Amino acid sequence: MSTTVHIEAIVNGREHALDVAANHTLLDVIRDQLGLTGTKECCVVGECGACTVVVDGTPMNSCLMLAVEIDGRNVTSVEGLATDGRLDALQQGFLDLSAPQCGFCIPGQLMSAHALLQDNPDPTIDDVHEALGGNLCRCAGYLQITEAVLAAAKAGKE
Amino acid sequence: MKEFSYERPESLDEALRVLAASGSGAEVLAGGTDLVIAMRNRWREPKVVVDLKRIAELYPALVWADETVTLSAAATMTQVVHDEGINKHFPALAEAASAVGSVQIRNRATLVGNICNGSPAADSAPPLLAHDAVVVVAGPNGMRRVPIDDFIVGPGRTDLHEGEIGFALDLTVPSRPVGAAYERMTRRKGTDLASVTLCATVDDVGVTRIAFGSVGPRAWLRSDATGVLADPDAPADSKAAILEEVFADASPSVRSMRASPDYRNAMLRVLGARAVERAIVRLQELQGVS
Repeated sequence: MSTTVHIEAIVNGREHALDVAANHTLLDVIRDQLGLTGTKECCVVGECGACTVVVDGTPMNSCLMLAVEIDGRNVTSVEGLATDGRLDALQQGFLDLSAPQCGFCIPGQLMSAHALLQDNPDPTIDDVHEALGGNLCRCAGYLQITEAVLAAAKAGKE
Repeated sequence: MKEFSYERPESLDEALRVLAASGSGAEVLAGGTDLVIAMRNRWREPKVVVDLKRIAELYPALVWADETVTLSAAATMTQVVHDEGINKHFPALAEAASAVGSVQIRNRATLVGNICNGSPAADSAPPLLAHDAVVVVAGPNGMRRVPIDDFIVGPGRTDLHEGEIGFALDLTVPSRPVGAAYERMTRRKGTDLASVTLCATVDDVGVTRIAFGSVGPRAWLRSDATGVLADPDAPADSKAAILEEVFADASPSVRSMRASPDYRNAMLRVLGARAVERAIVRLQELQGVS
């Protein structure tokens, strides 16, 4: 193998065939090669969660993954939540409850919450705190974010 | 990150061949939660990165056979946290694994990687020491088994040599009832490296073992066979005197920004007493059940 690797992966439901540099992270490739700039770069050491994407149903920090590692896997970024221009229940919940303030952490918060609800459609407040514990919000909008996740879970049940 | 080439072997033999061919220029990638940061900061500049995650022999990543659980280099902290057998027989290890980073980190970080990275603050080191885990190392001459107390050497250093792979960890359920508990101190709950990590085990004949990390170059294992620590009715000052001996080798770094040496030493004693107390309760629960 070489310093460039050919990979095939599904990103937000679409198949992609890409040549990626071995030393590029998944975050680099999502933003710069796929142009999906919803996923944010912030701490780049896995502490803030702004770069969270969901890989095969599991939330991960895309800053700590090499892009080559998604070969053959299924990735969802924040752009994959809305369908046909309609926000999903989580995004709507975040809007309705004014969870985004500056907005920078929100894509990561949404992806952690998305993975939680896929796994556990009826979370307790502790489940939400645990699932979103790796996502920092410098505006400290944690209360609204937690309420938005719980509201989305409730909306999903109706 | 500097340029490197990426290898993704599908068998252990192939992985060992790649490592042998790459010499000191190779780094092994499992969860990447330490390696990717080290490469980005140019602390490590490998020519070749060998991704272990497609090696067939590493799956299933977590296997119970009789009374032994084998966790391969592909076993993540999330798998450790959720395994029923580990929660039942090694609750302190489940507690330590659940303390690592965040959900996102635990979904990637591996237990074997936590030990092979050699951090003195590795959360899993104290419970693995206290439970006499064995590290299975794969190398060109086959597998060797190393008691974890011999495997851990110092900051960033282990008994893993060039061309070898930390292949698995084995943990065997103790033959007698043992209560265990994990305690850690961080600046905040959530993603933070530990300023003190500690695991205590207490068995039914009064032996207490305490393993503690983040207060010196490596995590240490110490033992108290006097029965005083394990005695729920022993006076606190007798216990405190024994804990002083247990922690005699603690030497927290003055350079760490996470906590001062005085604070770490003080908290070591608090967490030690607390973990022993919880381990005693767990032992009593085990004995009540059996």
